[in-house]
Amino acid sequence: MSRIVETRQLTPVTKMFVLDNRLIAESAQAGQFVMLRVHKDGERIPVTIADYDREAGTITIVVQAVGATTRRVDALDVGDEILDVAGPLGSPIEIPDGGAHVVGVGGGFGAAALLCLMREIHAKGNTATAIVGARNQDLLIMTNELLGVADNVEICTDDGSAGMKGFVTQRLAQLMDGQGPGRPDRVIAIGPMAMMRAIAAATKESGIKTMVSMDPLMVDGTGMCGGCRVIVDGKSQFACIDGPVFDAQLVDFDLAMRRNKAYAEQEKAAAKRLACAPAEAV
Amino acid sequence: MPVKRFDKTPMPTQVAGMRAHNFLEVNEGYTEDHARFEAERCLRCQDPICVTGCPVGVPIPQFIHAVALGDRQGASRLLRSANPLASVCGRVCAQENQCEARCSLAGRFNPVAIGHLERFVADWERTQTHEAKPQITRTEKVAIIGSGPAGLVCAGELARLGYSVTIYEALHAPGGVLRYGIPEFRLPKDILDWEISLLTDLGVKIECNVIIGRTLSLDQLTTKMGYSAVFIGTGAGLPQFLGIPGENLVGVYSANEYLTRVNLMRGYSADADTPVAHGESVAIVGAGNTAMDAVRTAMRMGASKAMVIYRRSETEMSAREEEYHHAKEEGVEFHCLTNPLEIIDDGNGRVAALRCQRMVLGEPDKSGRARPVAIPDSEFVIPVDNVVLAIGTTPNPMLTRTTAGLSTTPSGCIVADERTGSTSRSLVFAGGDAVSGAATVILAAGAGKRAASAIHETLNPG
Ligand SMILES: Cc1cc2nc3c(=O)[nH]c(=O)nc-3n(C[C@H](O)[C@H](O)[C@H](O)COP(=O)(O)OP(=O)(O)OC[C@H]3O[C@@H](n4cnc5c(N)ncnc54)[C@H](O)[C@@H]3O)c2cc1C
Ligand SMILES: Cc1cc2nc3c(=O)[nH]c(=O)nc-3n(C[C@H](O)[C@H](O)[C@H](O)COP(=O)(O)OP(=O)(O)OC[C@H]3O[C@@H](n4cnc5c(N)ncnc54)[C@H](O)[C@@H]3O)c2cc1C
Ligand code: SF4
Ligand code: FES
Repeated sequence: MSRIVETRQLTPVTKMFVLDNRLIAESAQAGQFVMLRVHKDGERIPVTIADYDREAGTITIVVQAVGATTRRVDALDVGDEILDVAGPLGSPIEIPDGGAHVVGVGGGFGAAALLCLMREIHAKGNTATAIVGARNQDLLIMTNELLGVADNVEICTDDGSAGMKGFVTQRLAQLMDGQGPGRPDRVIAIGPMAMMRAIAAATKESGIKTMVSMDPLMVDGTGMCGGCRVIVDGKSQFACIDGPVFDAQLVDFDLAMRRNKAYAEQEKAAAKRLACAPAEAV
Repeated sequence: MPVKRFDKTPMPTQVAGMRAHNFLEVNEGYTEDHARFEAERCLRCQDPICVTGCPVGVPIPQFIHAVALGDRQGASRLLRSANPLASVCGRVCAQENQCEARCSLAGRFNPVAIGHLERFVADWERTQTHEAKPQITRTEKVAIIGSGPAGLVCAGELARLGYSVTIYEALHAPGGVLRYGIPEFRLPKDILDWEISLLTDLGVKIECNVIIGRTLSLDQLTTKMGYSAVFIGTGAGLPQFLGIPGENLVGVYSANEYLTRVNLMRGYSADADTPVAHGESVAIVGAGNTAMDAVRTAMRMGASKAMVIYRRSETEMSAREEEYHHAKEEGVEFHCLTNPLEIIDDGNGRVAALRCQRMVLGEPDKSGRARPVAIPDSEFVIPVDNVVLAIGTTPNPMLTRTTAGLSTTPSGCIVADERTGSTSRSLVFAGGDAVSGAATVILAAGAGKRAASAIHETLNPG
């Protein structure tokens, strides 16, 4: 059980939760996730650890309400308990030992995951740049918090209502050309699969080492079911233990995107049972 | 007096046509009359060879004699003195390869139904009130990693010796494979819960959602947290895949995923949120206990055609005899000497069919079983909606990958002494599937029991 000690509605469908969980707060590192379960017949869902505070003994997660379970989480508030929180799971992101320019690209709830990543990158003596994007200003999340931990924060919106008008890939391309904070030595992308695939394509020719955080469907998150397998370099890898972060150029995105739609019908039914129609994903 | 009756007293079961569509337990258990009748078949051999076939040395003729006399209390004391998971083992042990295989009656007659009697005694025990109180008499604390049979038994033995014991389990519920793998119709979860309640009554603490190697390190357990010894029973839960084309299509599962969705996540209940496929036609690849559980689960989830695809013949199957018979009775189709080559796409990334090839048995291979050899030009296609792969598992690497100084074999098994379970790290012991690779409940239980004695001898010699 983990008690919710703080919440904040970030967009109409995205909510931040600070959970009291000292064990996870003390061991979490950027790139890792937790498995949550909210009621006794509930499913286990993976959620990225956006940030952790070892002293306070808390972790921060950001949940986007897309289906039955995420909406159940969304309905919780300060003082409520989350039935099961297990983690940190997955392998931490490998961060250069200093002197590198590391760019984190975040889309959707992925922007939140840049929080602890940026802090760790900076703390190891690297330059930490965050590129975050959304359709418009209202859907941007965590930009103020990122300003507090990253050396540079680059904002993009599709409609130009905040930051640069355009996609995160366009801003990344400009950085690769030496603009703004300059050419990255490494890129780490966390967000929707389509965005991560576009980032992989953008850096492909450059030779810049690029990592992506895969989010396949998971059941246990402990290496026991194999449902989270993704094909990396032609080989089957379990995202929950071998990942979730993999070399972007080696991931089979087409397959990964197809596998994530496996239960579309039944997910809709579960959402209906929750007595509301599926929300539009951001 | 022992009676030389040829046949085992049959186990009452739910009728096949009905049980194939529900998750209630298939075997209904002996009545008192059945049990005494069967117990009287035991010859009470001077040199009871059955006991040598039991990995934990249950005093078989003694407990059976107590059953024959109607002394259920005595029988249960004798049984539990050797086997702390009797209600589970009486249901899932492959007695036909162990105690019953060696029974003196086994040659000319059927062996004594040792397993059914074990279950009878353990089920009676479950109806009695227990007054176990924690008896923590020692200052040393022991940590157990993993709550499968190895961990549960090790914890129970240490608690009875007076140690303060905490089990750390990665999942949200304890039991290991007994929880997520073996289905309700073979091992009702109430029984597992009861066995676990005996441990918690003894003062054993169970911390779920804690992954050792991630949430806490092994070193934190032994230093900061003050555990004097650690037992690792993390099992062999990592599923293997065949490496054939089409394996990642939507609708292909490992048996662990399929069974977990149904058992642990209660996929059989319409109210559960975790989705699971309900294919009309389901093919299970493999022929061990896992395959039987998966195929019989598929029937119960509504498949009109549930098939086992196995590349060797029925004689080489590793599943318990009873499971195989039950599966056949329930209408499972067995396609033996059939090797899957490819899972065919329906054009939308989902499973449409399985392309197979017929095999014949050749010379024995390394495992001593006949090697299947492909028959040329024998390929054929079976239309299926789901494919479940039950072709084996390897040790879970979460702990070993993150723990320094813990020796493992190339296949990822923890190196541990057969007799004591001691590992390459001092005061760290291991046993069960994590050491042996995928094996059986009773072998895991036996390893947990031996490690508990070794831990006791190490912490309190003499
Ligand atoms: C390693 C990892 C980290 C994640 N981190 C976060 C996070 O920090 N915040 C967050 O909100 N979500 C995160 N997710 C995704 C989250 O787990 C899913 O959104 C959730 O499982 C959906 O459950 P549901 O019952 O609410 O929706 P469902 O009813 O299961 O699904 C609703 C819709 O979402 C889609 N969907 C389901 N699972 C995923 C997925 N894994 N990826 C993409 N789309 C999916 C479905 O196809 C469907 O269209 C993460 C996933 C992984 C694997
Ligand atoms: C479907 C199926 C059917 C079977 N049927 C039979 C049968 O009929 N008869 C029989 O004798 N055997 C059967 N077996 C085999 C038997 O279940 C196993 O041999 C036995 O469970 C092994 O016990 P164990 O304690 O070593 O590990 P497990 O039962 O695998 O338990 C290990 C536990 O450790 C946990 N864990 C792993 N890593 C960590 C970590 N780092 N930190 C914390 N916890 C961790 C896991 O989550 C798990 O709960 C079957 C197996 C399967 C899969
Ligand atoms: S070998 Fe058979 S007959 Fe002899 S004691 Fe054991 S169970 Fe009884
Ligand atoms: S989620 Fe089950 S193995 Fe990764």
